[in-house]
Amino acid sequence: MSAALLIEQVLNGLQLGVMLFVMAAGLTLIFGVMGLINLAHGSLYMVGAFACAAVAAATGSFWLGLAASLAAAAITGAIVEIVVIRRLYSRDHLDQVLATFALILIFSEGTRWLFGSFPLYLDVPPILSGAVPLPGGGAYSLYRLAIIGAGILVAAGLFLLIGRTRLGIRIRAGEADREMIAALGVDIGRLYTMVFALGAALAGFAGALVGTIQSVQVGMGEPVLILAFVVIVIGGIGSIKGAFIGALLVGITDTLGRFLLPIAFGTVMNASDATAVGSALASMLIYILMAVVLVVRPGGLYGTAT
Amino acid sequence: MLRETPVNIALVLLLLTVPVAASAMDEPFIVTLATKVAIFATAAVGLNIALGHGGLVSFGHAAFFGIGGYGAGILASHAQNYEPLMTWPFTVEGTQQMLIIWPVALLAGGIAALAIGALSLRTSGVYFIMITLAFAQMVFYFAVSWPAYGGEDGLPIYVRNSFPGLNTLRPLDFFAVAFVWFLAATLFSILLSRSRFGLALQGARQNVERVRAVGIDPYRLRLVAFTISGMITALAGALYADLNRFVSPSMLSWQTSGEIMVFIILGGVGRHFGPLAGAALFILLEYALGGVSEYWKFLLGVLLLLVVLFAHGGLIGVVTRRRHHG
Amino acid sequence: MNLITKSLAALAVLGMTSAAFAEPVKVGMITTLSGGGASLGIDARDGFMLAIKQSGNKDVDVVIEDDQRKPDVAVQIADKMIQSDKVDILTGIIWSNLAMAVVPAAVAQGKFYLSVNAAPSQLAGKGCNAHYFSVSYQNDNLHEAAGAYATDAGYKNTFILAPNYPAGKDSLTGFKRFYKGELAGEVYTQLGQTDYAAEIAQIRASGADSVFFFLPGGMGIAFMKQYAQSGVDIPLIGPAFSFDQGILQAVGDAALGVKNTANWSKDIDNAANKAFVEGFQAEYDRLPSIYASYGYDTANLMLSALAKASPSDADAFQKALEAADFNSVRGKFSFASNHHPIQDIYVREVVKEGDILTNKIVGTAMTDRSNAYVDDCKM
Repeated sequence: MSAALLIEQVLNGLQLGVMLFVMAAGLTLIFGVMGLINLAHGSLYMVGAFACAAVAAATGSFWLGLAASLAAAAITGAIVEIVVIRRLYSRDHLDQVLATFALILIFSEGTRWLFGSFPLYLDVPPILSGAVPLPGGGAYSLYRLAIIGAGILVAAGLFLLIGRTRLGIRIRAGEADREMIAALGVDIGRLYTMVFALGAALAGFAGALVGTIQSVQVGMGEPVLILAFVVIVIGGIGSIKGAFIGALLVGITDTLGRFLLPIAFGTVMNASDATAVGSALASMLIYILMAVVLVVRPGGLYGTAT
Repeated sequence: MLRETPVNIALVLLLLTVPVAASAMDEPFIVTLATKVAIFATAAVGLNIALGHGGLVSFGHAAFFGIGGYGAGILASHAQNYEPLMTWPFTVEGTQQMLIIWPVALLAGGIAALAIGALSLRTSGVYFIMITLAFAQMVFYFAVSWPAYGGEDGLPIYVRNSFPGLNTLRPLDFFAVAFVWFLAATLFSILLSRSRFGLALQGARQNVERVRAVGIDPYRLRLVAFTISGMITALAGALYADLNRFVSPSMLSWQTSGEIMVFIILGGVGRHFGPLAGAALFILLEYALGGVSEYWKFLLGVLLLLVVLFAHGGLIGVVTRRRHHG
Repeated sequence: MNLITKSLAALAVLGMTSAAFAEPVKVGMITTLSGGGASLGIDARDGFMLAIKQSGNKDVDVVIEDDQRKPDVAVQIADKMIQSDKVDILTGIIWSNLAMAVVPAAVAQGKFYLSVNAAPSQLAGKGCNAHYFSVSYQNDNLHEAAGAYATDAGYKNTFILAPNYPAGKDSLTGFKRFYKGELAGEVYTQLGQTDYAAEIAQIRASGADSVFFFLPGGMGIAFMKQYAQSGVDIPLIGPAFSFDQGILQAVGDAALGVKNTANWSKDIDNAANKAFVEGFQAEYDRLPSIYASYGYDTANLMLSALAKASPSDADAFQKALEAADFNSVRGKFSFASNHHPIQDIYVREVVKEGDILTNKIVGTAMTDRSNAYVDDCKM
């Protein structure tokens, strides 16, 4: 195993990690501020990817598509919040789970009805296509580097937003004490809609960025959603910092596990069995990581104990 | 205004008479549908013990449903191939006898629920939802990628497992098996909820401190409830495997977990016969709407959303116009 | 097909001509019309129905149901079609795991099953059945052809990858059956995986001279887009599934020039194929996919057999199917003794016609290929 290969795999883990962060940040914000568990977050990821693909196909510009993905997901998020989600804040988690499960069915089948069952085309913009050389003789996709950069920018932006702006103060106040913030004269309904739209926009952004190198199709959101759940369970619900650390942990564990476990098993058994056993174990690795974190810290790495 | 008990009795009688009538009219498929209702209702009765009585919103019951199914599938496949399940330290043969398969499914489901519950119950609320979901995904990925029992392809049971004195290949005979299990599970769930254990469990849902104050450890209480819940769902899984004569990882998928929850909410949370009403409505919709439109799940989603938002008592609640106070 | 069965079939034709179309025939089509794999099922259905429509035959009643790509749903639909709709013939299943759940029980109840796609090895060897016919291929065929092509093209060090599930393992086994070179690496990915960065890094580091991959559906789209961006330019080879008409437009130019193996292509030059491709475009306003061609051939095979015998006379109907007396869009077509096709398998290249990506035949990988399981089948 060469150093170049290892560097490339670590970058891959990082790329997966930052995208999981962008997904998980929205989920964790929405939970932190409104106390809502949103299963339909994956659907907003899908909405972003479809909006990007549709607009990019119509205008020929990936960048307009990317802007459209943010707008479409934010607007969809705001509408969903006003029509459905706002009735759920005072309900228990069971109702929230079921209502948002119903939203998944509505979004998935609705998207299929609008766009058909065939995957949509969406490709990397010319300026970001191709690969750049890595130290040690390898090369790495420029677009993936751009994703890592975008993810880190989003993370920095979120930390600034939460820490330094008026909206951020309200969000933190909302997390700490919901009655208090309403008493202070903040329009809590509007704050909730904004936070939900922000989380939705993040999901849509991730969907567009990742959809570009994967496949834009119905049902693309749910696997990512479940990974994002694992991330925020590990990081601690409501904590942006926890989501960041958790996302990187999950990204790197998953990528390196898939790469290294079959090799490790290969030293003790024949190659064909080793790939099968190694791959099977690698697919469970992040859940094992989650179980270990839970045993040590039931509230997640940065969560307050529940 | 209708009372709840007559509605419940009517539902059970309906579940019993429809297949008998259908069988007499040579419509075996309706018997199969009714069997499916009874099995799904049994799975939901299991989940309802954790969810309705204990307030434990498990989004991972597909794991137990699938484990029960695989228990039946694996034992049957070994019996069909005449290969012992294990030869060391003692020989265990496969079997096609339901009377052996069921205890195995109960045991396997119980062990899995105990392990998953022991870890997940260290947390609560929304953590618990996500963690149960994640563990079910772990079992799902394991089943998909472990090659020994078919992996993603699943595992066929070529001939339905047998029960002494019945021809389980006849739809009505197998329906009788599923129906009796549904009644037994429901009865057990009713008795459990009225027992000291059940009362303590409901007490823990409403006020943990009060339960602690009388010297009961809520963690152990919930773990026992979660384990029982997983066992019943696993048994339903074993029956479902026999209904389809097939086991596959799709039994373990997160959509299955969601659907079992949907049965409960459609019927009405915390109601003993809610699972039956919910499962019946779901399968009726699937059958009726599925023929009308490819996009029937869209309509299902809308209906589910309306029930959650506006008809919190579920189907039974709508019929009896009474919200459940549990 | 040997001489004796052929003459038996001919005798059957003579005896049965009057039986044709005596009563309406009910056909049950179980296929995937919703969810991730819907495009495959929709194409198979559209191809099948096009052939029925073109034939003008009003005595065939097709019941279509969506299996949602779930084996348990497929089994229940099969039960319903057999018990309630009383169908004579079943068809339509796309996925091997669904076929394994449905076919053994259906043929055990005396129904005929004609496969439009899935043809797992279990049903070709020891588990073969007189009432089961695969019109498409045997699952290993296109992978075997890819192995044969890699050998012919002079590749010596191929990196192979497939998802970690039974069809993925069969695929790599099939490839290795006719590949004579060394393996630069053998990797199993997770089923449904969408990010292949880790695997592409391994390909880059392996020093391979070619890459064979089997990643159906969205997995293949993701892989090819990421491969094109990675700066690795080792030639790709794959079975037709990842380069099919429904998928190519989503992959985009990343697929241009890739060689893939297929038993059908829209540029095969015969009258039946011409009628199919033009008819399909006129009816549905899109280019047909390979699944549509399988659906079309399946319907035509069935119609040809129905013209000679009724399914209620099972032996005669089986003989009529075995004769394969129809004009396949693939050209020559006959059944091996285990009821799987004997056919040519081509090498296609992805090309651009105007703005539309499609495939063009550039060679033949295998001629008159049967399958590896014929000798295991005792029927």
